[in-house]
Amino acid sequence: MMPVATPARWQDFTLELATAAVQEFKDQPGALINALHKLQETFGYVDEAAMPMLARLFNLSRAEVHGVTSFYHDFRREKPGRYTVRVCQAEACQAMGSEALTDAIKQQLGCDFHETSKDGNFTLEKVYCLGNCACSPNVMVDKQTYGRVTAESFKKLTATLASKAQSSKEGGK
Amino acid sequence: MATRIYIPRETTASSLGADLLIDAITTEAKYRNLAIEIVRNGSRGACFLEPLVEIETANGRVGYGPVQVEDVPDLFDADFLKGGKHKLALGNVEELPWFKQQERLTFARCGLIDATSVAEYKKLGGYVGLQSALKMSGADIVKAVLDSGLRGRGGAAFPTGIKWKTVHDAQGPQKYIVCNADEGDSGTFADRMIMEGDPLSLVEGMTIAGIAVGATMGYIYLRSEYPLTQVIMNEAIANARAAGYLGNNVAGSGKKFELEVRMGAGAYICGEETSLLESLEGKRGQIRFKPPLPALKGLFGKPTIVNNVITLATVPVILEKGAKHYAGFGRGRSLGTLPFQIGGNIKRGGLVEKAFGLTLRQLIDDFGGGTATGKPVRAVQVGGPLGAYFPDALLDTPLDYEDFAKAGGMVGHGGVVVFDTSVNMAKMARFSMEFCSAESCGKCTPCRIGSVRGMETIDRIVAASNDGERNKQHIILKDLCETMESASLCAMGGLTPMPVMSAVKHFKGDFQ
Repeated sequence: MMPVATPARWQDFTLELATAAVQEFKDQPGALINALHKLQETFGYVDEAAMPMLARLFNLSRAEVHGVTSFYHDFRREKPGRYTVRVCQAEACQAMGSEALTDAIKQQLGCDFHETSKDGNFTLEKVYCLGNCACSPNVMVDKQTYGRVTAESFKKLTATLASKAQSSKEGGK
Repeated sequence: MATRIYIPRETTASSLGADLLIDAITTEAKYRNLAIEIVRNGSRGACFLEPLVEIETANGRVGYGPVQVEDVPDLFDADFLKGGKHKLALGNVEELPWFKQQERLTFARCGLIDATSVAEYKKLGGYVGLQSALKMSGADIVKAVLDSGLRGRGGAAFPTGIKWKTVHDAQGPQKYIVCNADEGDSGTFADRMIMEGDPLSLVEGMTIAGIAVGATMGYIYLRSEYPLTQVIMNEAIANARAAGYLGNNVAGSGKKFELEVRMGAGAYICGEETSLLESLEGKRGQIRFKPPLPALKGLFGKPTIVNNVITLATVPVILEKGAKHYAGFGRGRSLGTLPFQIGGNIKRGGLVEKAFGLTLRQLIDDFGGGTATGKPVRAVQVGGPLGAYFPDALLDTPLDYEDFAKAGGMVGHGGVVVFDTSVNMAKMARFSMEFCSAESCGKCTPCRIGSVRGMETIDRIVAASNDGERNKQHIILKDLCETMESASLCAMGGLTPMPVMSAVKHFKGDFQ
């Protein structure tokens, strides 16, 4: 059995919440990226409606804020699935069969990179290196890295995560 | 008396189930009425033994690994708390040849101690370097670093002392120390391991750098793929601050130094120092023209030292044991030690710190034990995604900056990725171009466009129906690579040809 990442809980985006969330960075030099991370951690993505607010906060143009947000792979513009699955595509993982693993994962989740599985549980992303290259192939789910992943172990892991997501949904009602 | 059990809090161990062991072992000990104390150390670097559980006994630290939750009741039955016999027993960990044959300077404490504890850090020589630095002038500290022969461990291998001297001599009311912890190269994990296993050595190294050149603020630019590292690093910084080693009065010296961890956002290019500075300023991670050098106009336009994690984490041991001691390791112009990282298709992967000069084959066979699949080694990529692929015939090249350059490769950050005979090198060459096109910052044409044309050309080589057409495309690829190499603004576009052309040179048969 592998460890299970804590499920992410996004809040619904409102401009008020977003504005409050990033105030701590107001007087820090060059903290736009920190602010974008904070928004993504709070809401799961960076909402377009937050852009003018960020521009005002950091005394930048909206174009500059857009430029930064779109430059970095991490920042999403749409709400992701419950869990974000990142499959390493770099050389060390390739040497241990990440290509076949990636195919199996895509098939199992029924989606391609940058897409979300039909049940809304998993958004699939690629990543180049998780820094665990002696235990390849690697997959990261939210903030937890898993080493020596096989198609079977991934199946078990996602089944556990999906049932967790289901029970927390029911618990929420 | 409670038995001390060491279970790493570290990404590799965690990725293989270490966190689950805490619960399992605690519960089992309670059930059996045995007193235990769990210490979260870093990893010693033997990834193939993780999760490695160590027990403190009268005869030293005895290891068991790799341990899974299912093994726990069995281990208790075997009386592992007293070092009992078990199929996972490794004996005294320090005596294992894998560790015994290493020469650990930078990683001397890594895996031995509770990673964020200032008291444990000091017990094993921590902050001795800072204390001696505080008695020296800035110029003398810079001279010690220069005399040690330490070169930038991030890959470029620029003499650290010279960089420090430039910042030391620069005038200005504000200077910065920036640590490049954007360890994006595939096959490298030394930065992560030291930050998770001995983070205070980085804190101390940056503090010494600050005192040497008169900088009062340091930033650690950490990649977002390392969330556990972020937690541990911040904990270590808070502990150092609480113990008086950071803040307005560093170790009672009246000198000021503060540290902050800033997270990257998944852009490989931000490992390039000027892109990193742009990113730290909250901008797109596009590279800057040089000159001006970051040492003169760096972060927010101020004189800035930008060094890799390992470079900075090595500074304390240089100040602790002396420049001469450090320079006593290695050979020629490659002095000291390098933490090599063996990954990919390898049986016993992990981190091996050795003096420069051992051969690639020694590293792969003696430490690594050959491939994980048991097939012969076919290709080895050294120095990250921008490093050359070496065939078997070149495996006797000594790991030394100059020797590697002579053989058409680079040691870089010391990452070694092993491939077995199933690898297709045309595919790997295409991947290098693909990676460059995905991660290029877009500022210069050779890198932005060249990488896309490179992919297309390799596709045409592979699809060519006859030798004439194939050779024509090979000429185009070579020409393209030469253009990228000499006309790109930074190492991303400039070095992508290295893996590509080395694959063509050594594995031409794969390109059809």
